[in-house]
Amino acid sequence: MEGVLNQLPIGLSIGAVLLLIALGLTFTFGQMGVINMAHGEFIMAGAYTTYLLQGVGFLVALPAAFVVAGLMGLVLEWVLIRRFYGRPLDTLLLTWGVSLILQQLARDLFGAPNVQVLSPEWLRGGIGILPYNRLFIMALAVLSVVAIWAYQHRTAQGRRMRAVMQNRRLAATSGINTGRVDRLTFFIGSGLAGVAGVALTLIGPVGPALGTYYIVDAFLVVVAGGLGRLRGAVLAALGLGLLNSYAEFWTNASLAKVMVFVVIIGFLQLRPQGLFVLRTRALT
Amino acid sequence: MRNTPWRSWAAFAVLATALAACGGQSPTSSGGSAAGDGKTIKVGILHSLSGTMAISEVTVKDAELLAIDEINAAGGVLGKKIEPVIEDGASDWPTFAEKATKLIAQDKVATVFGGWTSASRKAMLPVFEKRKALLWYPVQYEGLESSPYIFYTGATTNQQIVPGLDYLKEKGKKKLFLVGSDYVFPRTANKIIKAYAAANGMQILGEEYTPLGHTEYSTLVNKIVEAKPDAVFNTLNGDSNVAFFKQLKSTGITAEQMPVMSVSVAEEEVAGIGVDNVAGQLVAWNYYQTTDTPANQKFVAAFKAKYGQEKVTSDPMEAGYNAVYLWAEAAKKAGTTEVEAVKKAAAGVSLERPEGQVTIDGDNQHVYKTARIGVIQPDGQIKEVWNSGKPIKPDPYLRTYPWAGGLV
Amino acid sequence: MTAFQDSQPAIEAPPPDPAAPAPAEPSVTGGPSVTGGPSVTGGPGRRARLAGPAAFAAVAVVMLVVMPLALEPFRLGLLAKYLCYAIVALGIGLAWGKGGMLTLGQGVFFGLGGYAMGMYLKLHDAGGDLPDFMVWSGVEKLPALWGPFGNPAFALAMVVVLPVVMALLLGALVFRQRVRGAYFAILTQALAAALVILLVGQQGLTGGTNGLTNFFDFFGQDLAADSTQRGLYLVVALVLGVLYLAAWQLVRSRFGRLLVAVRDGEDRVRFLGYDPATVKTLTFAISAGMAGIAGALFVPVVGIISPALLGVVPSLELVVAVAVGGRYALAGAVLGAVVMGYAKTYFSEELPEAWLYLQGALFILVMTLAPKGLAGVAAALRHVRTSRRAAA
Repeated sequence: MEGVLNQLPIGLSIGAVLLLIALGLTFTFGQMGVINMAHGEFIMAGAYTTYLLQGVGFLVALPAAFVVAGLMGLVLEWVLIRRFYGRPLDTLLLTWGVSLILQQLARDLFGAPNVQVLSPEWLRGGIGILPYNRLFIMALAVLSVVAIWAYQHRTAQGRRMRAVMQNRRLAATSGINTGRVDRLTFFIGSGLAGVAGVALTLIGPVGPALGTYYIVDAFLVVVAGGLGRLRGAVLAALGLGLLNSYAEFWTNASLAKVMVFVVIIGFLQLRPQGLFVLRTRALT
Repeated sequence: MRNTPWRSWAAFAVLATALAACGGQSPTSSGGSAAGDGKTIKVGILHSLSGTMAISEVTVKDAELLAIDEINAAGGVLGKKIEPVIEDGASDWPTFAEKATKLIAQDKVATVFGGWTSASRKAMLPVFEKRKALLWYPVQYEGLESSPYIFYTGATTNQQIVPGLDYLKEKGKKKLFLVGSDYVFPRTANKIIKAYAAANGMQILGEEYTPLGHTEYSTLVNKIVEAKPDAVFNTLNGDSNVAFFKQLKSTGITAEQMPVMSVSVAEEEVAGIGVDNVAGQLVAWNYYQTTDTPANQKFVAAFKAKYGQEKVTSDPMEAGYNAVYLWAEAAKKAGTTEVEAVKKAAAGVSLERPEGQVTIDGDNQHVYKTARIGVIQPDGQIKEVWNSGKPIKPDPYLRTYPWAGGLV
Repeated sequence: MTAFQDSQPAIEAPPPDPAAPAPAEPSVTGGPSVTGGPSVTGGPGRRARLAGPAAFAAVAVVMLVVMPLALEPFRLGLLAKYLCYAIVALGIGLAWGKGGMLTLGQGVFFGLGGYAMGMYLKLHDAGGDLPDFMVWSGVEKLPALWGPFGNPAFALAMVVVLPVVMALLLGALVFRQRVRGAYFAILTQALAAALVILLVGQQGLTGGTNGLTNFFDFFGQDLAADSTQRGLYLVVALVLGVLYLAAWQLVRSRFGRLLVAVRDGEDRVRFLGYDPATVKTLTFAISAGMAGIAGALFVPVVGIISPALLGVVPSLELVVAVAVGGRYALAGAVLGAVVMGYAKTYFSEELPEAWLYLQGALFILVMTLAPKGLAGVAAALRHVRTSRRAAA
């Protein structure tokens, strides 16, 4: 019985991980329609940043990873992706190519084996089944969501971002520099991936393949939540986290994963656009 | 516009001709120095140099190349130098089969050293059997196999898993929880563990498998915590070990309270997991970098000299290193590198290796190996706490163990 | 206007010209040559009409006669493998290039066909006993699912039926709900990931990660013999040729035009009274059937089918191969699969460390500089020549 109860916080913490890895995608995919397969490698960049900054302090790694991954995203957007607007499916293949290069680059820079990243002292131990590092990840997820919400709703730049998301052409005619907004969005979205990478060093391997372990899950959260919807991403991540947690508890890890896929496919039958739909009048 | 397909077809034809040209040239460029004639003896080295398995397999390749260098420096085999032909299995089983075919059919190598995962071995097995060529497979594995064209220089189950269980039993660990990656080695290992437990009054509290590459272990750790076992027997592979140990450690369970016995965690993996997360845990192998033999001191020094002082040596690397020496010895004994003669000569070949005395068992082409249980130290090295005293005769089908009767 | 955002070829079909003869080639190859003007319909047109079949025949001769003579058995086997991939690529070219459905899960259908064939071969080799992997997996009785696959006719039928039925089901569910574009792509990708986990988890039933391997006999032929491999190569090449012609006919037909119309403006097609979901579902099923056939041929050629062959990465690699070859031309898709297959083998033999860099760089270059792939480059070159000739 205790085990069943324990699965609730575990489910929420899995959800928090899912949310962190998917949050950035809701912007790059949601706002810009860019299917960024290199998102996983931005997560990896965040994790390696943490590795390099060991000794300086774990909390320093958070802003550093945000900037490193964010700048990588910015460069990617500026050099390549901006040529691809209106060709979302092509961005998928393009960014997959980028992700292959980044993986190999990580292998050449840091070596093929996983590198050692130790949790900071103050994150060791825990309350009941939930270790402090899981609580930290949950807190980080909450903080990220609040920060994004505040940015989108309380700053001028954030409002421009929403305007472009809702109607790019109208926003452009209203004098918004959509190119700049896009770059900034990509910076933030990729930066969030970097933050997720910092968090993942607490619970998982840090190696060149890190991104590949999370990318499909991240996309599923975004698809289930509805493009570009913060609310949708939060609910989808928590729902999938809980589903995963209980499904694995009662069956096993393999079946739980398959069940998550089946539920998502079934769910899209009911709501093809995800949990929350951004209403537009556009066709196709 | 209408000509586009025509252009494509033309390009296709040009490409195909180019392909044919390349294919047609290769026999002249590489087929000349087949095993037996010329100044060198070609051998194949077939490991994953790219993809998920590269982390582990590259180190085995390095160890095998070191052995080849050493043998060449000492005069080679049958008066000829060994020339390695290196191919990349790319962590992909069909690629292993394809490259094995290439090494045998096109490069005409005398033998091949290669493979790591069971799946790669299973994929290569038909190639070697059909073409009557030799493979030396250097990794511990799940047993239940004895191909006439494969030599197994890693441990089979009775040289690793069974001693690991003996050790746990001796320490009074009667309730076990089994954790493994979802593939053939963990499943077979756990089948053996269950049979052993049933015969020895031990209890299996749970058996869980996770997909390869799985990184979310909080639910599984919760299941373990709830089951309260005396020890965990861990057959996870690769990156999953990192996530498992990190997440187990963070719940505050120590190695003293509930030790984890791992059979796929070696010196190579410890750093990636984080020494803090895994120090004090048990492992079962046949060799550690710290194993105290003269041959090992030489091996460790030579490996570090060639590849860097920070490098570590591990059991599969040593088994790969041994494989080259065992083959060379058998070829010397046979007086030729011809496959059937080498096979016949190999029976009973015995050498002092870093892990101690190893002898090829002619019946099943495995080797006698000493089992060693170790504890991971805070410096990342593994300290031996128990060994079997003498090399154990390989028994891939566990025929000499009455409790394993129903397994095969 | 957003309707055009998704349609890659900016200039698609030329305005209907009643005077022009029916196009002899698939009219949907796209490209700037549309602007070639009236000269296209004149003399060169007739020559072009003959050039297509002539080139096809020339390639057929090279593939069926020259290659088996020129290549040693090992290389011929590799070429047979690339041609298996080319069959999948043909299906992708149809679904994605012509129909705009980016399917990232063709590995699923490839796998279904491959496993159907593998199961038959395994049972045949076992000759009444249990297949080897079941013995070491501790399975004592042949699972009911396996029983019928002992019958070659049933197994061969399943090679096509399983993928087609699965694609029809998925298509009916997904396309009816108007799930499209990126959503569809990600769903198919998730499907591939799920199937791999499922196959790996059922070791006693599927062989787990190892997959099915160690086959000896293929319909009375010894699989180890060079002559069998040569024969298999010819079969693969013939099947590819036949399927290519069939796909080409399909694209030329009314259905094919409808398909392209759906790709370029699904809502407009719906307003005209057609049902885009049916068109897409059928096409998706056809491409799935092709992948199934490819999978079944792959098994005897390569000698193994395993979950790793049908996951996310191999599925994506094939889509990329199609992009490199040129998604708007069926021949481009076939060409791309062969080129990428060959490149992979070449680089893994010569420069294994550089392969990921090269592959990545290639995608980026193709997607940025030549989104129509090799076929598009060829068309552009031709266009440059004709316009120069016109200027002279």
